[in-house]
Amino acid sequence: MALSITEVARLGALARISLTDAELEHLAPQLDLILEAVAEVAKVADPDIPPTSHALPLVNVFREDEVRPSLTNAQVLSAAPAVEDERFRVPRILGEEE
Amino acid sequence: MSEEIMDYAEAMASFDPVLGLEVHVELNTATKMFCGCVNQFGSAPNSNTCPVCLGLPGALPAVNAKAIESAIRIGLALNCEISGWCRFARKNYFYPDMTKNFQTSQYDEPIAFDGYVELEVEGEPFRIPIERAHMEEDAGKLVHVGGATGRIQGADYSLVDYNRAGTPLIEIVTKPVYGTGAKAPQVAKAYVAFLRDMLRDLGVSDVRMEQGSLRCDANVSLMPKGASELGIRSETKNVNSLRSIEQALNYEIRRQAAILASGGKVKQETRHWHEEGYTSPGRSKETAEDYRYFPEPDLVPIAPSREWVDELRATIPSPPDVRRQELQARWGFSELELRDAVNAGALGVIEATVAQGCPPQAARKWWLTELARRANEAHLELDELPITPAQVAELQQLVQAGTINDTIARKVIDAVLAGEGDPAQLVETRQLATVSDDDALSDAVERAIAQNADAAQKIRDGKVQAVGALIGAVMRESKGKADAAKVRELIMARLG
Amino acid sequence: MRLPAPTNPLLTSSATELAELIRNGEVSAREVTEAHLDRIAEVDEQVLAFLSVDADRAKQTADRVDAKRRNGEQLGPLAGVPLALKDIFTYQGMPTTCGSRILAGWHPPYDSTVTRRLLDADIVILGKTNMDEFAMGSSTENSGYQTTHNPLDLDRIPGGSGGGSAAALAAYQAPLAMGTDTGGSIRQPASVTGTVGIKPTYGGTSRYGVVAMASSLDTPGPCARSVLDAAVLHEVIGGWDPMDSTSINEPVPAVVAAARSGEIKGLRVGVVTELGGEGYQSGVLARYQAALRALQEQGAELTEVSCPHFDYALGAYYLIMPSEVSSNLARFDAMRYGLRIGDDGTHSAEEVTNLTRGEGFGAEVKRRIIIGTYALSSGYYDAYYGSAQKVRTLIKRDFDRAFAKLDVLVSPSSPTTAWRIGERADDPLAMYKADLCTIPANMAGNCAGSFPIGNSSDDGMPVGFQVMAPAMADDRLYRVGAALERTGLRYSGGEDAFR
Repeated sequence: MALSITEVARLGALARISLTDAELEHLAPQLDLILEAVAEVAKVADPDIPPTSHALPLVNVFREDEVRPSLTNAQVLSAAPAVEDERFRVPRILGEEE
Repeated sequence: MSEEIMDYAEAMASFDPVLGLEVHVELNTATKMFCGCVNQFGSAPNSNTCPVCLGLPGALPAVNAKAIESAIRIGLALNCEISGWCRFARKNYFYPDMTKNFQTSQYDEPIAFDGYVELEVEGEPFRIPIERAHMEEDAGKLVHVGGATGRIQGADYSLVDYNRAGTPLIEIVTKPVYGTGAKAPQVAKAYVAFLRDMLRDLGVSDVRMEQGSLRCDANVSLMPKGASELGIRSETKNVNSLRSIEQALNYEIRRQAAILASGGKVKQETRHWHEEGYTSPGRSKETAEDYRYFPEPDLVPIAPSREWVDELRATIPSPPDVRRQELQARWGFSELELRDAVNAGALGVIEATVAQGCPPQAARKWWLTELARRANEAHLELDELPITPAQVAELQQLVQAGTINDTIARKVIDAVLAGEGDPAQLVETRQLATVSDDDALSDAVERAIAQNADAAQKIRDGKVQAVGALIGAVMRESKGKADAAKVRELIMARLG
Repeated sequence: MRLPAPTNPLLTSSATELAELIRNGEVSAREVTEAHLDRIAEVDEQVLAFLSVDADRAKQTADRVDAKRRNGEQLGPLAGVPLALKDIFTYQGMPTTCGSRILAGWHPPYDSTVTRRLLDADIVILGKTNMDEFAMGSSTENSGYQTTHNPLDLDRIPGGSGGGSAAALAAYQAPLAMGTDTGGSIRQPASVTGTVGIKPTYGGTSRYGVVAMASSLDTPGPCARSVLDAAVLHEVIGGWDPMDSTSINEPVPAVVAAARSGEIKGLRVGVVTELGGEGYQSGVLARYQAALRALQEQGAELTEVSCPHFDYALGAYYLIMPSEVSSNLARFDAMRYGLRIGDDGTHSAEEVTNLTRGEGFGAEVKRRIIIGTYALSSGYYDAYYGSAQKVRTLIKRDFDRAFAKLDVLVSPSSPTTAWRIGERADDPLAMYKADLCTIPANMAGNCAGSFPIGNSSDDGMPVGFQVMAPAMADDRLYRVGAALERTGLRYSGGEDAFR
């Protein structure tokens, strides 16, 4: 199946990456080729084969409910592009409260 | 602002409501879900954060064992199956209150599923089917700055505090709840109240709705009477008090009924509840969210052993209805008294007050009269009032000892609620103790007789009911501190 | 133009030799460190292996080691030995950029577990090495900062993503380096620079503090010029870490003993038929055959073995890896750290995120994020991500079947030697094929290593030999590597090698 420029633009929006028209035109055929190459996995992926999400069969790895020191405020905020009142300052948000 | 709505009884004549409730519970573990930061409400902004809950590059989550234990116990208390093997999943979406821009949650493998809750509303039993209870993490908190309202729309920018990010949450989701009829809003309220009591009994959450540690999204749709196909539902978000749940559903049912009755179609949308008594639509999303769930590769699967689950099963307290019967027997309440206490959500506070040494009937009286009235005025639940069961018990002790009378007790309650101190201390520092000293009272009685000659004469003539006027005069003079029984006794001895 | 050969013998010594000299007081850690800092100053303008160098802290650490020795304190097996750290590990006091502009100047407030263990072992961290952006690439050409050059031929790539670490070793700027391997990022650079690179068992080394690319595949591992050096470093950094839930709570396999022994008599070696033949450079195959004969001569039993699903590994990898990438890299949103573009009051948070990611990420990162977003999106999940997870099962089964009868599997490390810079720059599929042989081990979580087996006759560039072993049998890699090394196959940099 061909990956259209519109589809790549939609994926860019979903992934929050602004792409120029030139980038879209360059990316779409490249991605299409890659997807065509990787789609071969479907050939051997029979329904009765269980999927593997984790390389090793570990289960039940837990941590005790014990408090560990947090970072200092300076450490937390030092890399922030903008700070106000000990909080991260971010541009206005469109949309709803989640 | 508000849309057209139909009279409730009229709506109920044509439609059957179907409920769906999603409740988010913040667990009261010492630390967060995936890191060792303190899980605490009200700390200085961003002070309870570390590389993990800030989602810094390279940081990895580690699951809090206590949170898993709480999740399993909640599942068991909801009569759920506990999964033998399940995973966390990543729910991918961007929002500035999320440090990783994915929420670590559970998707198609919840830790608990297929349960139910049984409850009663006005003597009628209801069974609420539970779809699932799953684990996830909370997000940070936003403050919107600028603009007129402090709301998100129109704000100039926002500030983020990530203290809450990574707080362990359990999301409890019902299956569609049929057959509640006109009682749908009350059933929803009773269900959330039941969960609140149950979670408190389990000791897994602070269940403070006003602080957001218990949050409810209420879905409702209407089916024309006799139909079998589900209608289109609306979802009202974050309805954050028991009262609001009932009111919001009542409103939504009437709004949807008005739309359907006029031949319209209900929009599937998210709505917001306003305390003024109506819901408003959220911004409708142009496209459905695509969360791109996949198994969280940084965490290994959870496979609770049967032994562990059985061990935890032994720690589950009796369900609230069984507990009620035990309490009724222990306290000697009548059916009516118990039901009133249950409906007022007062069992917990009464129990705590009795535990502080207060006689059960006195505890019931304080919580269901004076305190219920004030909670009602303040739109608070009883346990949200700023008075503790210990303070109520102390107050009752003062009344019982004759140190204060009921009138003064009411003033003391006001002072305690205003945060001015404890009852005994208030009575002491404000000299509120009842005056029963004979000499002081006798003088006051003499003055009252002198100033109310008419009433005094009537008493002498045998019209005893006139004594009220004289008692009232004495009480006014003593600013309510006089022992009314004693005053009556003195007046009758003098005139009778 | 070619690199000057190292003149100071401290530069050409192995890490274990240096550690011994320092322990015995024959040379100070300070001298060793300064020799390497001088070498960096001398050649890094040509090699461009380092993104940042912290000479002051390196010397301080060295001085501390010397003081410990003077006080008669016990010194660890690598105390005072310099190391080049891939810029993917967090290390307080220096920027961690992961080769990306989006993290330019980011100073992490915490150390990775590996960094912590290096510091606790008194290893001298010289600086952070260049890499493909977020470890995505096979040449370092995808770095947001610079392209590292292969010290053996400055016109050629040093491999990737850990090209900086491999080049630092090959140019004698450091005797030890740290890498991470998601699909071959340790082994392929080792292969094309003629050095040793080990991808330990997944979970055998901690990922805590390693900027994540694909969480279910990423594995930190040691890089060195000799097999023993890699083993000693492996032992220092390896082992259980409670901060990484996928870490294995077992002792590190006896890798140092294996590297010292090199005994392979009776070892059952499986030669993977799917990895070799068509599409492989003839010079690579010739060296590979010669290495197989060398193993046989030392008593190893060679058997051909087919792993049919390895043919699908590359496809499955380019679905699973980008899917995890798309999620792991979502955190770079310009809100809390790193680059922020367009915050001029006119743009919303969403727009600022879009602009920053559009500008801050390079082409390869964008490609992979978009493929991953696609592979996970509703309607495509089953066909892409779901199928890839099934192929992962099939690859594991191939390995399990083979390891039921065999001790190790072997193949060339990469189909070709180092290509010329720019040759595959805008041909992603050609670039991806460099990892054809290395990917299966990542998919299964097994361990694998690349060892130098001499230079290809067609271009004179080094060829790597890959050994794969079951999970937690990392010692077998070192046993085979040491056996090859004993026949004289080892890093051969120097006056004649540099061109």
